[in-house]
Amino acid sequence: MGKLNRDDLDRLESEYQESRQERDYIRVGMSTCGIAAGAEPVYRFLCEEIRRRALDVEVRRSGCLGMCHAEPLVEVSVAGAPRSLYGEVGLDAARRILDQHVEKGLVLAGMLASQDGLLAPPEETVPRIGRQLRIVLRNCGIIDPTKIEEYIARGGYQGLKRALFELGPESVIEEMRTAGLRGRGGAGYPAWLKWKLTRDAEGAEKYMICNGDEGDPGAYMDRSVLEGDPHSVIEGMLIGALAIGASQCYFYIRAEYPLAVDRIETAIKQARRMGLVGKNILGSNFSCEMEVRLGAGAFVCGEETALIASLEGRRGTPRPRPPYPAQYGLWQMPSNINNVETLANVGPLIARGGKWFASIGTESSKGTKVFAVTGKVRHSGLVEIPMGTTIREIVMDICGGAEGGKHIKAVQTGGPSGGVIPEELFDTPVSYESLQELGSIMGSGGLIVMDEDDCMVDIAGFYLGFCVEESCGKCAPCRIGGKQVKMLLDKISARRATAKDVTELRRICHAMQKASLCGLGQTAPNPVLSTLRYFENEYEALLQ
Amino acid sequence: MADVIMVPDISRTVQKWRKKRGSLIMALHEVQNRYGYVPRNVSLQLAQLMDVPLARIYEVVTFYNYFNLEPPGRNNVAVCLGTACYLKGAPEVFDAHKKALGLEDGGTTGDGEFHLQSVRCVGCCGLAPVVVMNGQTVSKVRPEGVRDLIARCRKEA
Ligand SMILES: Cc1cc2nc3c(=O)[nH]c(=O)nc-3n(C[C@H](O)[C@H](O)[C@H](O)COP(=O)(O)O)c2cc1C
Ligand code: SF4
Ligand code: FES
Repeated sequence: MGKLNRDDLDRLESEYQESRQERDYIRVGMSTCGIAAGAEPVYRFLCEEIRRRALDVEVRRSGCLGMCHAEPLVEVSVAGAPRSLYGEVGLDAARRILDQHVEKGLVLAGMLASQDGLLAPPEETVPRIGRQLRIVLRNCGIIDPTKIEEYIARGGYQGLKRALFELGPESVIEEMRTAGLRGRGGAGYPAWLKWKLTRDAEGAEKYMICNGDEGDPGAYMDRSVLEGDPHSVIEGMLIGALAIGASQCYFYIRAEYPLAVDRIETAIKQARRMGLVGKNILGSNFSCEMEVRLGAGAFVCGEETALIASLEGRRGTPRPRPPYPAQYGLWQMPSNINNVETLANVGPLIARGGKWFASIGTESSKGTKVFAVTGKVRHSGLVEIPMGTTIREIVMDICGGAEGGKHIKAVQTGGPSGGVIPEELFDTPVSYESLQELGSIMGSGGLIVMDEDDCMVDIAGFYLGFCVEESCGKCAPCRIGGKQVKMLLDKISARRATAKDVTELRRICHAMQKASLCGLGQTAPNPVLSTLRYFENEYEALLQ
Repeated sequence: MADVIMVPDISRTVQKWRKKRGSLIMALHEVQNRYGYVPRNVSLQLAQLMDVPLARIYEVVTFYNYFNLEPPGRNNVAVCLGTACYLKGAPEVFDAHKKALGLEDGGTTGDGEFHLQSVRCVGCCGLAPVVVMNGQTVSKVRPEGVRDLIARCRKEA
């Protein structure tokens, strides 16, 4: 396949669609979680058996559907039987699926996996699954991430095409403004405004950067998107580069995510071969290059100025802002940094228009948000809901509530920068503002469920320990304050503290919030202050 | 342990990064992939090849947790202590490893067989608690199962 131009894209979309629909297939989820649960031997077994039995069935691979608790997942679609999704498939189960479902058309009802009423991966390009609406995860678990054809067959690169040939940079930014998409990396800054500021800034070069550092331990949606649908992020980067006037893009990805790095590198190569990356994209006069750079295990490198230092090959220490990267970024040039999830929204947003996007969500928080729901919950996994969905719906309805008859006490959102939300407040609709009012933040979308067995002082100590270890040490409030807070928490846990220590704890927390140089130190006290706000009784019970 | 000398294929891969701005970290990744750590001799040559002072290299290597200055064990065990794993009993799983191997965090057994370390989230939180054994992610690990896991590792090695 040679380089495409604008008309080839539509032709390929329908060609690929047809060739996909006709065939019987079995699909195995092969993301990091699937592989960890044992998907590789199952995939090999299915390939061998299909060959041995001479069945006309294609064995396909896909990324993560988000039902991590039920991995390995196997989807079967053969003529004469309903399309079905099986969970926790080992080798025995795989054999039975072949014997019964594939060969005889009998669905094995007892082995089906289901989440919120989903019985098989949906086929629409922006699928609904019960209460979920999947824009970011539209292709995850459905397409083979190593095949660009499958992305194109589901409407991929149509947003880029519209941006190039119908809109142009200024109208792209206008469309983004209508949409109201805000950054999904934590701060929730309007994407259109950052793009406009970078576009308007002066510089010989401009850079578009994807933040794939995903530092919040317990959040993994960025990994899943990079692994399961790499082209969606590439398309977002290209549209962003066009809008800000960049001809070079960088992906900054954690070294701890080798499969994600591999999938993005493969995807860039394919896109380059087809004329979607490189010179004169789709035959237009827009040219853009892309490269991958790895992180090296420093949480603070997720912060944008530290990330830039790391991209330049230096220690990843933050610097004061302003100036913001939009004026003074990589190699001192105007640069725009967006999170993986933010970027994965851009393709469909531009293809369908800003009005469509703005019709989803709440007044101030548009679109959807992906949450990684983990901890003491029955169905842990990835969930993508329209903004405005309540925490109760996410935890209780979609994810099945508590494990093993326990009582859920609270959730933590926003990771080490966020806070806890007690069960009494689960009816709060999710938005940037509502979570902030509760003393937490949206953050990157980690949502950790805690039950009656979990001690809030211990949790606060855990997060503080994390921030102390990850502090870069550049400024005193974070470097010294963090250690003192951790020591006080340990003292409380050891039942050696008094009420005076708790007063001191609050005082240092407030000082850190005000005086730290970067977001890490400014937000590190949040888990302490929010557990104090809702669970002061647990602190008091430990005092002398 | 004796330091290794720079073999040609590494200087060739490093060459690829040499022409690119700011790629010292990428060159260090290549070195660590090849040797499992960043040997001193290699750093010296890297400084020459990349035309940066040795002190810069050490400044960078020591800042980032991912790079090791010591050779790892033949088997590398990384226990996730991220939030999801922590809540699901990772501290007990980590203790079981420490006991079974007689090691602290970051330690290597005398015979160089095992290296134990804690890590922060490998992105597999839905299957917590997880352990990464020689690059392979093992899910839903129980403290009781740790001895078996290590025994299996020993046999395969
Ligand atoms: C300590 C710290 C860690 C951060 N880690 C990440 C991260 O892992 N991923 C991310 O996308 N943004 C992270 N951010 C936010 C980034 O600085 C930046 O706001 C974001 O990448 C911008 O993209 P967005 O506007 O699309 O959200 C972090 C911020 C701080 C202060
Ligand atoms: S707040 Fe902490 S992480 Fe940020 S610059 Fe200061 S010491 Fe470094
Ligand atoms: S917290 Fe252990 S894999 Fe994410």
